Amino acid sequence: MRPGTAAAAVTAASAAVAGVSAAASGAAKAGPPAAAAVAQDARARLDALIAGLQSLYEDLDFQAVRRWKAEDPARKAIGFLPIYVPREVIHACGALPVGILGGGDRLEIVRGDSYFQSYICHLPRSVIELALSGRLDALDGFLFPSICDVIRNLSGMFKLLLPDRFIHYLDLPQDFDPRLGGRFYRHELELIRDEVSRLTGRCPADEDLRASIRAYNLNRAAIERLFARRAARPWEVPTTEYALLLRAGYVLPVEEHTGLVGEYLALAEAAQRHPLDNIRVLVRGAFCEQPPLGLLRTLERAGCYVVDDDLVLGARFIPEPLDEACDPIESLIRGYMEQSLPTASKYDARGTKGADLVQRVRAGNVHGVILVAPSFCDPALLDQPMLQKALEQEGIPFTTLKYSEDTGQFQVIREQAGTFADSVKLWGAV
Amino acid sequence: MSQVDIAKDASMQKQKEMIGSHFQKLAEAPAAGRKVVYTFVPGNLTELIANFDMLPVLPEINALQSGMRGKSAEYISLAEKAGHSEDVCTYVKTDIGMLKAGNIGPTGLPLPKPDVLLLSYTGCFTFMKWFELLREEYDCPVIMLHVPYQGDGAITPQMRRYVVDQLREKVIPQLEHISGKRFDEDRLRDALRLSCAAEDDLVWVLESAKRKPSPIDAYFGGVYYIGPVFTSFRGTPDAIDYYRMLRGEVQERLDRGEGPLTPDGQMHEERYRIVVEGPPNWTHFREFWRMFYEEGAVVVASTYSKVGGLYDRGFRHDPARAIDSLAEYCMGCYTNLNFPQRIALLESYIEEYQADGFLINSVKSCNSFSAGQLLILRELERRTGKAGGFLESDLVDPRYFSPANIKNRLESYFQMLQAKRGPT
Ligand code: SF4
Ligand code: SF4
Repeated sequence: MRPGTAAAAVTAASAAVAGVSAAASGAAKAGPPAAAAVAQDARARLDALIAGLQSLYEDLDFQAVRRWKAEDPARKAIGFLPIYVPREVIHACGALPVGILGGGDRLEIVRGDSYFQSYICHLPRSVIELALSGRLDALDGFLFPSICDVIRNLSGMFKLLLPDRFIHYLDLPQDFDPRLGGRFYRHELELIRDEVSRLTGRCPADEDLRASIRAYNLNRAAIERLFARRAARPWEVPTTEYALLLRAGYVLPVEEHTGLVGEYLALAEAAQRHPLDNIRVLVRGAFCEQPPLGLLRTLERAGCYVVDDDLVLGARFIPEPLDEACDPIESLIRGYMEQSLPTASKYDARGTKGADLVQRVRAGNVHGVILVAPSFCDPALLDQPMLQKALEQEGIPFTTLKYSEDTGQFQVIREQAGTFADSVKLWGAV
Repeated sequence: MSQVDIAKDASMQKQKEMIGSHFQKLAEAPAAGRKVVYTFVPGNLTELIANFDMLPVLPEINALQSGMRGKSAEYISLAEKAGHSEDVCTYVKTDIGMLKAGNIGPTGLPLPKPDVLLLSYTGCFTFMKWFELLREEYDCPVIMLHVPYQGDGAITPQMRRYVVDQLREKVIPQLEHISGKRFDEDRLRDALRLSCAAEDDLVWVLESAKRKPSPIDAYFGGVYYIGPVFTSFRGTPDAIDYYRMLRGEVQERLDRGEGPLTPDGQMHEERYRIVVEGPPNWTHFREFWRMFYEEGAVVVASTYSKVGGLYDRGFRHDPARAIDSLAEYCMGCYTNLNFPQRIALLESYIEEYQADGFLINSVKSCNSFSAGQLLILRELERRTGKAGGFLESDLVDPRYFSPANIKNRLESYFQMLQAKRGPT
């Protein structure tokens, strides 16, 4: 979407969020009553905003996307799987990038299980379920980034199951030399631009791409503010809300999402939530299949403030702004090759994944690390021994746990996280 | 001993000697000052490694050999105790466990440490994690060769250029640096000429299964036939001799109208011709094979015998385009094909080899092969009208090979094929 059409898209995106926005802007206009009243009012508005986010999260039919498209029948939406795709390119072509993060614990799997053996992670079966049940019908194309063999094979399954849609496996380079991986990635980016613009009928000029980079830079900045606020005052930004906000960015137009994050931050500050005696933990390994919200809530209730994580990683895979002045494709290439965060699916060319994790622990004043992984997730689980080794060497407390997006029982996790938090508080280690 | 046994023994004996000699050289490598490269089977760069007088070690082959020798359970357990998840690829854990147990290779000789890990990242994401893990164990350099996937069902010029440029600008200079030897393109061309001759004979052998009865089993027997070309011997006179010998043996069986040799001797009646998708199980390899030949089932084509290249679809290493052809080789292996390509290949095998049906052996370890195989099953049944069977096991983790269950399934499957055929 071009900047000129942003306002229309914002209002059309979702009734729920439109309500949320109204509540939040009401807060800004409020006069100076007593502090407690302001806080109470902010909390009410915050609740309304979160209820809007929650309904976006629960909407497995992508109604927000359907409404956005209904505004103008020529509009197109492009789905993408975890972790990262250059959404700027899709945006510059006038299409809406839509993140597909599986069905979580909200989807009954009727057909998906007959496509995957029991030893494959849960995400692909819920994605297939979404596709076969028509819930992805609003999406005109799909990008499958190269993060593992399951997503890779899923791209081919989509080609067979949805033969009339644009489906592309985005081979993100694992060579980070600009003359090698960079040149190859340029072609991938140009291919996406050409294919998506064939769908939308709008081939972006460099200026359009720069405008999209600017829009996403604003979004990056907002998300980084959110991330920093949670790290500094985790009681103000519970991780369930953080995750909901990031997920909203996967279905809303970027301009609207940026505004929403700003509104949330203002309300969260005004709401004056009170800190608990929780430890500060870093969660690593949730970059693809997402843990259910109940699990995140359980961690916090068990005494762990999550102050750093890799949830919905694509939303903040490149935390720093992209260059807005240079050749925009070059800017995107450098963003991925030089500015993106380390993750299990990206080759650790410098061999510093352990040191990076330790550095984040130190910089974030983190008390302990929870290494999580979806069951049967090769990238996350194969990464764990290396991360564990680095943590052990530095004497940093950690624990490991596995989940599935549809995990419904949290008692064991509560006990494990509670024990972990208690030991860290008592002994500084486990 | 019959003539056939003698013939079989000749090529198998030859291969055994080649393997023995390779592991002997590896054991002596540190003393002899020879550099060692650990690398992967699919899309391997054997001829290029030999160009620098370096010796390859293939951890996947060590893992499968550990499975066949009954060692993998112990190795997997060692790796799991060291913190590796029970959910992940058991080749990786077998290799890590073997390392922890002293890194003794399949012939009982110690394996040298790598001087470099050549991460030719073809068709399997786990390779990347595997060598990240080994880098921590060995503290040695890694050369990453990123081989793009045929996501859109073809090798594009951009993909080819990416791999060629990595080979020329990164892989070759780093191998030169580590080995201290200059790259010799003429020597590479000579090696590729030898590769090509061996590849021709391998294809002839694999395609002999089109005849009725098939003189070979292209899955259980096939794993032996592909050995030299898929591993460390491509580009050597030994490989040429091996395949010439093997071809002669198969020709003799054809001339006599005989079926394949099995561990229990000559197979007499070919009752079912089967195409198989997926790797075999190694811990119960013979038992698994017996479940087929006792029922008169012959595997006439398999995709596993294409993980090291689709030679039967025309690929040959080409001395005239040495580096380009290495790049195409890397990108053309079976596990680097997309789903529609994999299904089309299987469909064509079922037709060309006049198969009665197809079986999928889905291994828990391997997401690259297994994720989505149930769709392959449906799609192939729909397209060919042939009956498909689905088995679940693992490569080297004996906990996931349930003989009674698999035998039951196979028996029912063969009964179904018989029923489809009608009364004879
Ligand atoms: S959860 Fe892990 S294995 Fe499954 S699709 Fe995601 S990255 Fe791949
Ligand atoms: S995942 Fe499959 S291809 Fe990859 S190393 Fe394991 S068995 Fe081999």
